[in-house]
Amino acid sequence: MATKTISVDIKTVKNDVYLVEIFKGLLLTLKHFLKIGAKSAYLAPTERRAGKLSTNNRATIQYPEEKWVPYPQYRGLHRLNKDEQDRTKCVACEMCATACPADCIFIEAERSPWADEFPNDPKREKHPKIYEIDVLRCIFCGFCEEACPCEAIELTEIYDFAAYSRENAVYDKEKLERVYDLTKDGKFYQEGRKLDFEF
Amino acid sequence: MDAFTQNLIFTVLKIAFVLTFTLLGVTMVILAERRFSAFIQDRLGPNRTWFGGLGQSFADGIKLIVKEDVIPNHVDRLVYLLAPVVMMTPALMIGAVIPFGATIPSGELWLPLLGANLENLVLQIANINVGILYFVSVTSIGVYGIVMGGWAQNNKYSLLGALRASAQMISYELPLGLSVVAVVLMAGSLSLGEIVKVQQEGFWFILNFPAFLVFLIAVFAETNRLPFDLAECEQELVAGYHTEYSSMKFGMFLLAEYANLITSSAFIVTLFFGGWDVPFYDETAHGLAGVLLSVIVFAIKISFFVFLFIWVRWSLPRFRYDQLMHLGWKRLLPISLATVVGTAILMVLFKDLYH
Repeated sequence: MATKTISVDIKTVKNDVYLVEIFKGLLLTLKHFLKIGAKSAYLAPTERRAGKLSTNNRATIQYPEEKWVPYPQYRGLHRLNKDEQDRTKCVACEMCATACPADCIFIEAERSPWADEFPNDPKREKHPKIYEIDVLRCIFCGFCEEACPCEAIELTEIYDFAAYSRENAVYDKEKLERVYDLTKDGKFYQEGRKLDFEF
Repeated sequence: MDAFTQNLIFTVLKIAFVLTFTLLGVTMVILAERRFSAFIQDRLGPNRTWFGGLGQSFADGIKLIVKEDVIPNHVDRLVYLLAPVVMMTPALMIGAVIPFGATIPSGELWLPLLGANLENLVLQIANINVGILYFVSVTSIGVYGIVMGGWAQNNKYSLLGALRASAQMISYELPLGLSVVAVVLMAGSLSLGEIVKVQQEGFWFILNFPAFLVFLIAVFAETNRLPFDLAECEQELVAGYHTEYSSMKFGMFLLAEYANLITSSAFIVTLFFGGWDVPFYDETAHGLAGVLLSVIVFAIKISFFVFLFIWVRWSLPRFRYDQLMHLGWKRLLPISLATVVGTAILMVLFKDLYH
């Protein structure tokens, strides 16, 4: 391909006087100031693709009142999934704890109460007596989710779970199952739900 | 009460009004700058403190006062401590010569409270007959604050910022002064009260557009606002002359910067937009109400120029230093000289239409 030489003459009188260009620039910012005819540069990708204007044409989300809704692949707080009869899916195989690079999962197994219901399924014989995730150590890599053979542990879209103490930042089985109840339909932020345990 | 005491009380009242207006104005301008810049950038800006963010500047002020006041070991202590004061004082002093309202007609109801024989009811702290010289000289004192601050901190970047500021001030003082000369030619007086009066009786001096344009650009440079804020450009000089200032000493620099903004806007209005003049209205017609209206109109005019300052700051990139000098010496200076000569010629030609 031949090189194409383009000469742009920026030393024109118009550019040299500055005022014309300055006036054009001022007009552009005025459009944004008055919110007329200027599209926000900060649209969500889906909205930008659809050529939409964002709500009020502004980038700011007023956090405690409005909350950003993450995308489905977002890796936030963990949850422990349950089956149709509200029994934990986890079989305490410790694959997640082994895969965890931050070593933040602690599991202690015991014989599950529903072991007799699955005589032919050795997988449901155990369940975790203690299942704890220290979210202060967790790096939210999602390896536990990948390692889990039963689809028992998953990362949810929840991102605001700051705690007042280190003890409260350790999520036990009850908390993780409560997170499942809150997020199973995937509408945690759309419905304006909150984590309802002590922080 | 004798006339002297009455005059004293009246003057103190005026000083109190101007200082309150300037300092409260500064808090509002800082808030306005933050909100407007946010709107221009499709954001919201601070909107939580009090009603829609009105308390933001006060909260910032309290934070600055309560903060630890660090004086680094390597600074020149005396100069370091003096610089914010030298910066702040001229910024507030300029307000003394600005006429901010129509003269109060004597015989008003409230006057017996002060005493009936008040002679000077001009709404201007000091109607000195060299008001413009006062403005030009006092604004140039402000640059000493910058130079002292930059020098005292004993580091390269601050000193560079101070040097840039001083060179810039000297370069832009010339076109500033010359464009004012054009105004003086038209008004026939150096007194600001007289300039406003001439504009009130005749036309606003905005008609002398080249002089206005040069004055506006020079004022942007004098106040170190964005197209010309080379004294404190973050990318090159950290924060320039106030890099090592903390707490309220930094606050004083900030306060002075915005006080300068307001007084400069007031000067643009006074010199080119008729000051407190309400167009097509006789301010003396309705007694005190007319005077009040003139003060409000003056404030509105100032607000517009403050908005212009903010608007330009968030629209334009910074000049390079050689471009700045080029603009100052090779463009603005000849234009302002031509303006002075042109104005003088026109004044002579149309002497009969005028005055």
